[in-house]
Amino acid sequence: MSTDRIDMATTAPVTDRPPVHAPGTRSQTGYIGKSEPRANAKRLLQGRGSYTDDLRFPRLAQVVFFRSPHAHAKLKKLDLSKARAAPGVIAVVDGYAVRDICSPWIGVLSHLKGIRSPQQFPLAVEIARWQGEPVAAVVAETRAQAEDARDLIDADWEPLPVVVDMHEALAGKVVIHPDLGDNICFHREVDTGGVDDAFAKADVVVEQEYGFGRHTGVCLEPRIILADYNAGEHSLTVHHNTQSPHMMQQLFAKHFGIAEANIQVIAKDVGGGYGIKVHTYPDEMCTVALSIMLRRPVKFVADRMESMISDIHAREHKVKIRLAATKAGEILAIDMDDLTAIGPYSVYPRTSGIEGNQVVNLTGGAYRHQQYRAKLNAVFTNKNVTCQYRAVGHPIAMAITEGIVDEAAKKAGIDPAEFRRRNLIADDAYPYTYPSGIRFEKLSHQKCFDKLMELMDYDALRAEQAALRKQGVHRGIGLAAIIEVTSPSAAFYGVGGAPISAQDGATLRLDVSGMVTVLSGVTEQGQGTDAIFAQIAATAVGVSIDKVRVLTGDTRVTPYGGGTWASRGAGIGGEAVLQSGKALKSNILDVAAAMLNVKKTTLDIIENFVIDTTTGEKKLPLAEVGRVAYFRPDTLPMNFQSELTVTRHFVPREYAFTFANGMQGSLVEVDPDTGFVKLLKHWCVGDCGTVINPLLVDEQTRGGIVQGIGGAMFEECMYDSNGQMLNGNLADYLVPMAFEMPDIVTAHVETPTRTSELGAKGAGENGTAGAPAAIMNAINDALAPFDARVTVQPFTPERILAALGKV
Amino acid sequence: MDHELLTTLVVNGTTVARRIEPRQHLTDFLREELDLTGSHIGCEHGVCGACTVRVDGEIVRGCLTLAVACNGKTVETIEGVSDTGEAAEMQHAFHERNALQCGFCTPGMILCAMDLVKHRPTATRTEIREYISGNYCRCTGYHAIVDAIEAVLISKQSLAGTAAGAAGAAEGGRS
Repeated sequence: MSTDRIDMATTAPVTDRPPVHAPGTRSQTGYIGKSEPRANAKRLLQGRGSYTDDLRFPRLAQVVFFRSPHAHAKLKKLDLSKARAAPGVIAVVDGYAVRDICSPWIGVLSHLKGIRSPQQFPLAVEIARWQGEPVAAVVAETRAQAEDARDLIDADWEPLPVVVDMHEALAGKVVIHPDLGDNICFHREVDTGGVDDAFAKADVVVEQEYGFGRHTGVCLEPRIILADYNAGEHSLTVHHNTQSPHMMQQLFAKHFGIAEANIQVIAKDVGGGYGIKVHTYPDEMCTVALSIMLRRPVKFVADRMESMISDIHAREHKVKIRLAATKAGEILAIDMDDLTAIGPYSVYPRTSGIEGNQVVNLTGGAYRHQQYRAKLNAVFTNKNVTCQYRAVGHPIAMAITEGIVDEAAKKAGIDPAEFRRRNLIADDAYPYTYPSGIRFEKLSHQKCFDKLMELMDYDALRAEQAALRKQGVHRGIGLAAIIEVTSPSAAFYGVGGAPISAQDGATLRLDVSGMVTVLSGVTEQGQGTDAIFAQIAATAVGVSIDKVRVLTGDTRVTPYGGGTWASRGAGIGGEAVLQSGKALKSNILDVAAAMLNVKKTTLDIIENFVIDTTTGEKKLPLAEVGRVAYFRPDTLPMNFQSELTVTRHFVPREYAFTFANGMQGSLVEVDPDTGFVKLLKHWCVGDCGTVINPLLVDEQTRGGIVQGIGGAMFEECMYDSNGQMLNGNLADYLVPMAFEMPDIVTAHVETPTRTSELGAKGAGENGTAGAPAAIMNAINDALAPFDARVTVQPFTPERILAALGKV
Repeated sequence: MDHELLTTLVVNGTTVARRIEPRQHLTDFLREELDLTGSHIGCEHGVCGACTVRVDGEIVRGCLTLAVACNGKTVETIEGVSDTGEAAEMQHAFHERNALQCGFCTPGMILCAMDLVKHRPTATRTEIREYISGNYCRCTGYHAIVDAIEAVLISKQSLAGTAAGAAGAAEGGRS
């Protein structure tokens, strides 16, 4: 696998620019590209992590929430007196009390033109708009006491008309926020102009409607926040399992009127995020308000039942899509109309318009048609709010694209793999501007496609499928091409006015013993941030990886950064670590040169030693550099000052998003008598640019695929016509289990981005983005002999039997 | 609280006695009374398995086990099996294979995996998947966890020299 990057690396002067990584090879001196196990996993394996609920505080009070039992209702009476008198109770508050402490927020961004949402408060005031909206808070010495007291709250409600169906919401007979006039939160249209002409000329026109079940992230560790207000200095320390500590610091400062510098947000070990833990939640803001009101630490731990009705949901869409193609299978145009229901509020500060916006941006994904028309309506409903969950919008965009491509291939009489091959944007066509307006720097669809075909042994699978069909065994093969938004620039949120940092920083320090400490604004929820930063730092400075320690998740000590979301950790945070590491190395060599009285250019650092570049002779251990710089600077030249702590920052600017890409394949077997689907195998070829740690990328990919499979096969937040969630627990809401999941084969193509020296793109969304599309196409391929298809996720046995006309 | 019952049990080799409410489940008892925070609460209704601990040698859901019901019993948590070294091989295999990401399910998963090694030493990949299906992992996609457990089984079988068993474990096929 040769790329331009190898050439750059091998021709660059060794001392000036050490080769970061030669794709497809093993770096001789560095750790980039190596499957290093994560050092920080060891404490987790022993149950010795520090998740927020593991922390112990004196005078800690616990808060639980009284939530609206109605999807839409007016609060006629709220009697808190009995709850206040219950044992152990410290305070019971309603929405009026808390809104004096915490100013309201509105979930809109200026670059999403026309997006609207009303003010939102920590606790509902007068009207509750979804089942689960927090209405009152009970603080007690123990959680059990708080829950006991909560049962004593006496509320009287006047139910209001409920809007749960997205078409009814769009029609607007009942308007949830009368001040807004209708239920439309966000509307967008894109039109290249030639769509109708293309359809008029097309030999092949296919049309389909696809439905997507609303689902949620189910972080195994629920949302937890522990707020500790210090009245003496008007300061706030918040232990929070957030993905974005600096963003939360900004929001706390703004809404509680506390100086940003007086707010410390700490996220130690976090039990999964997937986008769930990167939003403003009313119950969490209320917890902070309570700590301020009560002048003591207050903790909120969501239980699973309330997680299901208060963690953001996502992906409730209905999309009509049409595709025009020639007889020869050339895609000419795509036309789509997306309707999505987002709950009663646009979530702050990222908004609930982004998911639909992404569907508009990404539909058509990997293909080179020139004509595109898209319409989006995001509408308010009386269900829990939706917002950004892993692979935001991608699973919808990929599924409708790949689904309609399969329909077109079938109608044109062309094998679906061959149909795709004819339409992929060529690997030499970049930079490329897509009809929706997004720009791709460099993708590798063709390479990934070829690799996937080889990995799956596609032709053999087709032959096996045909043979088995004769025996009454119905297997299906599904394919999906993926484009993946990673490492976003400020174009994602910052330009719209959100206090969200696209840039990230890394501080590296040489410690006295010759060890290196890394501080980064990126956070860790298990992706392996700490591990890859250690690899990058060790490589850049020239130390062995056991000499590196990484600290993330603390606004008081790390450089300013955005945290972890949109697969930005490796591409943005990693580049900052690389540049900081190179600067530290240069500064270490300055000290060494002064100590040795030689020219800096004669020195390098390899495996914890300063060496002579000509002879390779070890001149000084780094511990000696540290000792002299810190304890004996008197021995250095009079005008020399060592600088062994350096900080560098990085933000992508040239492209709005650093797109990654991939290709997935799925093999399933459908039982036409029961509607059960057995997932036999899944393949994924991903291109995330420079692969820093294949072990971690593979598990990101596999985990992402299984989350995608969850949405495609099992997971749905089901609501009745009154807006009551019917399956808000883990027994009824199905999360993928080990037994149902297939082995997943992964492979990589490496096309490093040229927008950074590291060349890494993100790897976290590819799996989730493409799996539902691949699974859907595989199931429909298996159902093809019955002239049946499923188009509404999740693909339950019931829906498959219905498609077969059996129920 | 006048409802509290004196409960005496052995936790990770140490005898502890506490007056506790009958409604307190074992995981809350371990976490809140003993500050053993390695056992996690993921759902508190017996589905996810993050609270898995051993009572008298067998794995149970800590969230479905009342602490007072453990009077006179022995309880072992992830901290205990880590300190004795009993979990070391499984932990090493998980580490090598990156069979954890956020780590929240991991203590329960490790205890379940060790239970499998004890009761089903010749399990195939498919049987491993079935055995650990009571323990949810939302990060890894399970593949690496199956790999890690399979590696431990194969290692133990080759140590025991049971060639037939090793062939059985490999039957599921590694992709």
